[in-house]
Amino acid sequence: MKAICWMGVEKMKVEDVPEPRILNPRDAIIRITSTCICGSDLHLYDGYIPTMEQGDILGHEFMGEVVEVGPGISREKLKAGDRVVIPFTIACGHCFFCEQQLWSCCDNTNPNAWIAENFFGYSPSGLFGYSHMTGGYAGGQAQYARVPCADIGPLKIPEGLTDEQVVFLSDIFPTGYMAAENCNIRPGDTIAIWGCGPVGQFAIRSAIMLGAGRVIAIDNVPERLRMAEQGGAETINYDEVDNVVQLLKDLTGNRGPDSCMDAVGLEASGHTLPFIVDRVKQGMRLSTERPNVLRQAILACRKGGTLSIPGVYGGFADKIPLGSLMNKGLTVKTGQTHMMRYMKPLLERIQRGEIDPTFVISHRLPIDQGPEAYKIFRDKQDHCTKVVLKPWEDGARAA
Amino acid sequence: MDQIREKHFSNPRLHPSNLSQSQSQSNQWQRWAPLAGAGALAVLAATRKSKTGVALALTGGLLAHYFTNGAGTPAKFHAQASFALNTTPDKAYRMWRNFENLPLFMRHLESVTVKGDRRSQWTAIGPLGRQVTWEAEIVDEKNDEWIIWRSLPGSDLSNTGSVEFHTAPGGRGTIVTAVMDYEPPAGAIGRAFATMLGKNPQFALREDLRRFKALLEAGEIPTIEGQPHGPRSTLVKAIHAVYPEKRKPTESTAREFVAAERRA
Repeated sequence: MKAICWMGVEKMKVEDVPEPRILNPRDAIIRITSTCICGSDLHLYDGYIPTMEQGDILGHEFMGEVVEVGPGISREKLKAGDRVVIPFTIACGHCFFCEQQLWSCCDNTNPNAWIAENFFGYSPSGLFGYSHMTGGYAGGQAQYARVPCADIGPLKIPEGLTDEQVVFLSDIFPTGYMAAENCNIRPGDTIAIWGCGPVGQFAIRSAIMLGAGRVIAIDNVPERLRMAEQGGAETINYDEVDNVVQLLKDLTGNRGPDSCMDAVGLEASGHTLPFIVDRVKQGMRLSTERPNVLRQAILACRKGGTLSIPGVYGGFADKIPLGSLMNKGLTVKTGQTHMMRYMKPLLERIQRGEIDPTFVISHRLPIDQGPEAYKIFRDKQDHCTKVVLKPWEDGARAA
Repeated sequence: MDQIREKHFSNPRLHPSNLSQSQSQSNQWQRWAPLAGAGALAVLAATRKSKTGVALALTGGLLAHYFTNGAGTPAKFHAQASFALNTTPDKAYRMWRNFENLPLFMRHLESVTVKGDRRSQWTAIGPLGRQVTWEAEIVDEKNDEWIIWRSLPGSDLSNTGSVEFHTAPGGRGTIVTAVMDYEPPAGAIGRAFATMLGKNPQFALREDLRRFKALLEAGEIPTIEGQPHGPRSTLVKAIHAVYPEKRKPTESTAREFVAAERRA
């Protein structure tokens, strides 16, 4: 089958690899019909996530049709022919954490838990196509994928919905929604969101659904800022202002936003001196993070406010204004998305027509053009906001 | 530390000091002194920018490597690990008490055959597929609480093991604590066994318990062995050759276990 493999930093390649098979009783095999490139895949592309191995199959936003189910899963739960969206986190459903709906903290799905323990103290759940530290599971930018614990994760999709309407239930829509929920929004709150990528876009719309009075979105890509405005946000182009933190203060009567969200993560951009230092250190692989946005979000947030961090971080960051965080009494909420908490309720919102997730798609390409799509997405060329790949379309014909 | 352990092991017979001892203080000293010397030699030599300096540094480094790898075999291995399981003590006890289940989650074991209520035959696989066997007996046990076993005299590998299950504070599942002590024999088999246990028997036991937990909670042990991937680099291939993906229970054994749990 065709699969996009990580062959080194900035080297993605479509390779011909064997088809996956059932390895554990609760596995299922999915024939993939749609798969996406996530912003967090770009951290792999740029080589900032450790423990990738050449040949790893990428991708964690995918959906398709069940073709085979392991003997540990009953027919009522899942059977061949079911059309399903696969969450990017893998959860066993029975451990202490799963029972508390902390699905992305599952104890039993990372075969390399000890590596993650060395990095993080404890291991999060296994993830598809996202380094060996989080399991090394082959990802879904392929024609088929093996889904472990398939009686827990996959969400069955009723008839009458297209792939493009529901495929983002695999990650970015629930991730944006949980990020907004993590803002502890009370009616009328002002929320500042750094990053108008796909997660930021869903976070903007989710914050408004959850009752925010005002959403201020910060980015420097014109088409993304336009998309944020269409979603109901006021926007700041940080290229055009001297001091984002001061501007946010001015816009809120010197009180500051009630909640600040870092939907950017470890590869933030900026113009400040600490940013330049971060950039140099990261370039020399002396540091994994460029936490420029996180610094601004902490400084800008109002006293007693909430900081929500859906942006991905992988290691250690420095020059974090902890004094500000402590003295203002901020609440910090973060984490990989607890997918199974949100997939069904958000599917219902799509069915009721409250949101049409297709707004974020800019590119629909056959999988053969995947490697090129990574570059276009990373460099934000061609007004790229979100790429959906079709694993079964003939690359030559579509190009 | 001892107080913590006293508290941890509700049963005094399970206290590590009452089982075979790990390396004594003097033993440690004997190990570290030459290492310090070799290290100092390497550092000193590295400061001299000449061929002799390089040679000396290399010698020092090699000596240090030799000492850290345990010139000869350390006489004894001791390991202890603890995990919180989302299950009841009796379920965890039942799973462990049937020693034939142990190879499902203990990587170095090939098989255990129960030969009576208290006796069992154990087979482990060492490097190069070499088998090590011994017979063990249960020394003492308390239903749903703890088990202590040891190898019989004349075994390839003299060892003692114990496991305890108690309800976690607040009724949040079960804390399982296992203690293992191995005394490899002198000579080739002993060295082979030492290599098999690795430099860190603590790590091996912790990973065994992690798999025990996954098997009890999820009904299966997470794995990526056998999944597809693209072409690997020489480096990745070399790493995989040095640290091969270890055996996992076959589909059929895991399936049998899940089926048995469903029936229970």
